[in-house]
Amino acid sequence: MSAQKMNALQAVNAALVQAMAEDDKVLVLGEDVADREGGGVTGATAGLSTRFGDDRVKSTPISEQAIIGAAIGAALSGYKPVAEIMLMNFTTVAMDMIFNHAAKLRFMSGGQSTVPITIRTLTGAGWQTAGQHADHLEGWFAHSAGIKVVAPSSPADYKGLLLSCIQDPDPCIFIESAGSLFIPGEVADDQGPIPLGKARIVQEGTDVTIVSWSSQIIRCQQALQPLAEAGISVELVDLRTVSPWDKEAVLASVAKTGRLLVAHEAVRSFGPGAEIASTVAEELFGQLKAPVRRLGAPYSPVPFAKVLEDAYIVSPERVVEAIKGLMV
Amino acid sequence: MAELSNAAALSPEVLVDIYRRMIRIERNDDAIRKTIRLGRLVMPYYSARGQEVIPSAISSLLNADDKICTIYRGIHDMVAKDMPLRPLWAEIAGRVDGTCKGKGGPMHLTHPETGVMVTTGIVGSSMPIANGLAWAAKLDGSKRVTVAYFGDGASNIGAFHESLNLASVWKLPVIFVCQNNGFAEHTRYENGTSVDFIAKRAIGYGMPGHTVDGNDPLAMYTAAHEAITRARDGEGPTLLECKTFRFLGHVLGDDDKYMTKEEKAAAIEKDPLPAFKAWLIAQGHATEATLAALQAEIEAEIEDAQEFGLASPPPSLDELRRDVFAQEIAA
Ligand SMILES: Cc1ncc(C[n+]2csc(CCOP(=O)(O)OP(=O)(O)O)c2C)c(N)n1
Repeated sequence: MSAQKMNALQAVNAALVQAMAEDDKVLVLGEDVADREGGGVTGATAGLSTRFGDDRVKSTPISEQAIIGAAIGAALSGYKPVAEIMLMNFTTVAMDMIFNHAAKLRFMSGGQSTVPITIRTLTGAGWQTAGQHADHLEGWFAHSAGIKVVAPSSPADYKGLLLSCIQDPDPCIFIESAGSLFIPGEVADDQGPIPLGKARIVQEGTDVTIVSWSSQIIRCQQALQPLAEAGISVELVDLRTVSPWDKEAVLASVAKTGRLLVAHEAVRSFGPGAEIASTVAEELFGQLKAPVRRLGAPYSPVPFAKVLEDAYIVSPERVVEAIKGLMV
Repeated sequence: MAELSNAAALSPEVLVDIYRRMIRIERNDDAIRKTIRLGRLVMPYYSARGQEVIPSAISSLLNADDKICTIYRGIHDMVAKDMPLRPLWAEIAGRVDGTCKGKGGPMHLTHPETGVMVTTGIVGSSMPIANGLAWAAKLDGSKRVTVAYFGDGASNIGAFHESLNLASVWKLPVIFVCQNNGFAEHTRYENGTSVDFIAKRAIGYGMPGHTVDGNDPLAMYTAAHEAITRARDGEGPTLLECKTFRFLGHVLGDDDKYMTKEEKAAAIEKDPLPAFKAWLIAQGHATEATLAALQAEIEAEIEDAQEFGLASPPPSLDELRRDVFAQEIAA
């Protein structure tokens, strides 16, 4: 089967085209998403309204609560809306709709209501957008029972995981991350849905496991060669789905290597790494050769000044250093 | 009672139907309060006693497949929409036969069969979701309408403003029904709301807005008829501000210190229920005997529902992990 080189944005577009063509219940809404408004600020939704019509692809006012509310109501009526919230920090404006309603309606209704919405949103430090445009908030969402948190890193995963989110009967937040957005990769023409909650082993290894996701995977990949040169065999696990996370794959990998580093772009304190680290510590205590380690952003908002922002991001060098620290 | 602008539409059957819904709400409310006082139900209860006319008049115009989104003070809206009382009682008691298996409770009832799609405990949140239900009706090419019920306090929340704007831009078949009972929790209307009439806010969103006497069944019916017709005809949303009063404070046990005894007494004096009943009889639309028989029938229904609900067992503990996602979760 043939494949094409494309970046994550093109993969998102391809997934939306495929999902909308396959199922006329799939809708797209969000600020500027229709072609009249340019097909989205990143172009991720370009062409959709021309192809599928203005009823199914709706540009909205700047009204995040109204966007998610409309998605929820349509979902309760049998539709599968994909709502774009331009940047992840803006989801905070719609948190009531996401957290109190989308994530809880199935449970509070005793299983009668189903809210199959997908929230696509973009974030990531590295672009000097500073405190209000670059936070990785997956920990917030993962802590909220009832919503799935998906954070792809490669174009193929962007396509496959987005297709799964759209088909999933539950609300999903799909985190697109600046650091992985423009890196091209092969995407098979017939790339179908990739199951949620299943990790991907990026590289197999025997000495130490790195668990990461989203753009941080790219930086961990950059650490692989120096680590190989240092004679350390690394198993890199891309979690893909932060919640529910693939406990089985992580435990199997750490059982094999005896060492774990969790690395994420989100703030380290109270971050998702803590959940993974403590689960591994609880389940594999006797088999660990070193204490479990976490790398994450410092306990600060994303800074503007380039030197500070560079220091904020968990660099490949810090990954290398942390791994070496685990090997002694 | 106001003159009828479309008297022809109001047959004795319709009038008695509105009354039936009102008395069903009132008798049910009375039964809930008694059961709480007896210690047989433990729940926060936001009585809507005094507000019966609003959803009764509206519901007499709604079809079974029309949708409503309502709030913690919304049991009257559900009863008016003909929700069966057995699962309602089981739900407020937190029992397995409840509409939501006891997992939603009195502030979060859902019953899609009667069109009760969402009940929310978050002020102002019925409106954004109602928009989505209305959007779906439009996409389906159906004539379904959605009613979003909320209080006067909710009209000061951002979600209200976002929702009215979006509904207007998208011309959604939704009716925003503000049950203005004069208070938001303990805050008097004028201390929290910048306009003298909430209906005025409709102007800012390019839709019709009407202030209606929410205690007058005929005025309510007329205003609702116009709004619902407009929505069904694809002409978009309407904001109805329905003036009313809650007789029993914000929450059961409320000491009402934030209002005067006189104003409360004056409001209760104008209780729409006995007034409408007397009017129906005086106009010859019903007899004392038929209304008494109707009431007896409703009381029997409520008694049965109450017994059913309280006898229903609590949900099993594995319900804690069920319905978090479609697929049962492990952890
Ligand atoms: C967002 C939010 N803020 C505050 C509350 C607490 N609260 C519950 S009811 C209420 C008053 C709302 O008044 P109104 O909208 O007029 O409705 P009413 O209770 O009078 O029917 C408040 C403040 C809440 N539930 N949700």
